[in-house]
Amino acid sequence: MAITALRSETAIIQTPEQLVQARRMVLEWTTRLAFSAVERTKFVTAASELGRNALVHGKGGSMVITELQRNGMSGIQLVFEDQGPGIADIETAMTDGFSTAKSMGFGLGGARRLVNEFELSSIPGKGTKVSVIQWKRR
Amino acid sequence: MILETIPILKLGKLLLVTIQVDLHDELVLTLQDDLTNKLAVTRSRGVLIDISALEIVDSFIGRSLATIASIAKIMDATTVLVGMRPAVAITLVELGMSLKGIRTALNVDKGMKLLHDAMLEQEAWPSPR
Amino acid sequence: MALLTAAAGQSFDEELAGERWDDVRAGLVNLSKRRAVAGFSPSETATFIFSLKKPLFEALNRAYASDPARLSEEIWLASTVLDKLGLLTVDAFQQGREQLILRQQQELLDLSTPVIKLWDAIVAVPLIGTLDSERTQVVMESLLEAIVDNEATIAIIDITGVPTVDTLVAQHLLKTVAAARLMGAECIISGIRPQIAQTIVHLGVDLGEMITKSTLADALRIALAKCDLMVTKSDRRVASRD
Repeated sequence: MAITALRSETAIIQTPEQLVQARRMVLEWTTRLAFSAVERTKFVTAASELGRNALVHGKGGSMVITELQRNGMSGIQLVFEDQGPGIADIETAMTDGFSTAKSMGFGLGGARRLVNEFELSSIPGKGTKVSVIQWKRR
Repeated sequence: MILETIPILKLGKLLLVTIQVDLHDELVLTLQDDLTNKLAVTRSRGVLIDISALEIVDSFIGRSLATIASIAKIMDATTVLVGMRPAVAITLVELGMSLKGIRTALNVDKGMKLLHDAMLEQEAWPSPR
Repeated sequence: MALLTAAAGQSFDEELAGERWDDVRAGLVNLSKRRAVAGFSPSETATFIFSLKKPLFEALNRAYASDPARLSEEIWLASTVLDKLGLLTVDAFQQGREQLILRQQQELLDLSTPVIKLWDAIVAVPLIGTLDSERTQVVMESLLEAIVDNEATIAIIDITGVPTVDTLVAQHLLKTVAAARLMGAECIISGIRPQIAQTIVHLGVDLGEMITKSTLADALRIALAKCDLMVTKSDRRVASRD
């Protein structure tokens, strides 16, 4: 099924304030496309986790947000990219095991459960790229 | 730079914290400082954190709330979190955050009742330190 | 009909893709829908379109009688166009059916998840039928919303009507309970049949601190107790004898 990309915008995430801005942007877009409250909350929270990762572990990065259309269904794609140290052991990073007390938590596993489509690629030493898509269901 | 602060109100023997803005690192630290100071000054035994205005609670905010509750506990105060939205609750569960150690209530009313009961209990049976 | 002759008169685009054909297509979709509602089968509607071939061929015959090569070419084009248009009505019929099924599915979903207020601060949701992922999400959300709306501190989830509980269903129940707890409400699961209890243990599902009761009545009793409520017999009958 063909996917068409409509509008697209890029946000730089180099400071905590910019992370808040990026999150607001995702909130605006999901609201504009009339996602349900739960879908919206899940997606924006996932964006917050991934954006934080890019900022804290990736030493700063960017987020590209794109509106998608597939078979009459609307969706939003977020691509987070950073040139940080990358993730050496992706398997471990994706498992939960980070309690509320610890500050080191990738939140990747959680983020994956919150979105419809999740793709991650990382090269240790080069950087990390995470792409997530949420389709509007009802 | 605009200095944001989160207001902490004294309600009888409780402190009420209403969070209505996006929490970021600096703000969280400021809140923790303010709360600790206020607890020391007022000797309150209960803290009510109202998050009914928060649409998004990610793992960072979740951890921050847990930290605040831990700090309050060390200062001999019980914390109750109120007003969590259903969408937020569902998301936190997916994230795997149980927020164990923080009591929760549906709204400020129920939260206050919970705190009063907890504080009465504490007075009758002070917890061993 | 008029639309068709108008568009046909303007161009013989085999692909039927041009803008001039948009009106024709829209008109046919409408026709298909009207006929479906009237009780015509899709092949009856398509046959109607195909029946336009006869008068069209006769007209072409009269126009190109002297040019056999051109005549057969035009007849071929006309035939192809009408075939495509006929099939279009069948497609439209199909799509109409699919939309109806989707609508009914949604209605079923909505109808099957009512949340009932049992008492001040106590709500209950009787689950009936198989729980799939989609349905469980809907139930979870309805329950949590109902907890907020009714300011409930206890929610009873009755699974008497759920035939089987597998790991997925158990996980969904656990998530619902966890979410309710985060909001400040407690959940009690009732309607646990012996087989289900065995399944849960065999699956190795850890219910944690979740309270489970075999009947809704038992669950209600516990719920009332937690709300510091008591049910007592009234003395009305004694008084009315006087």
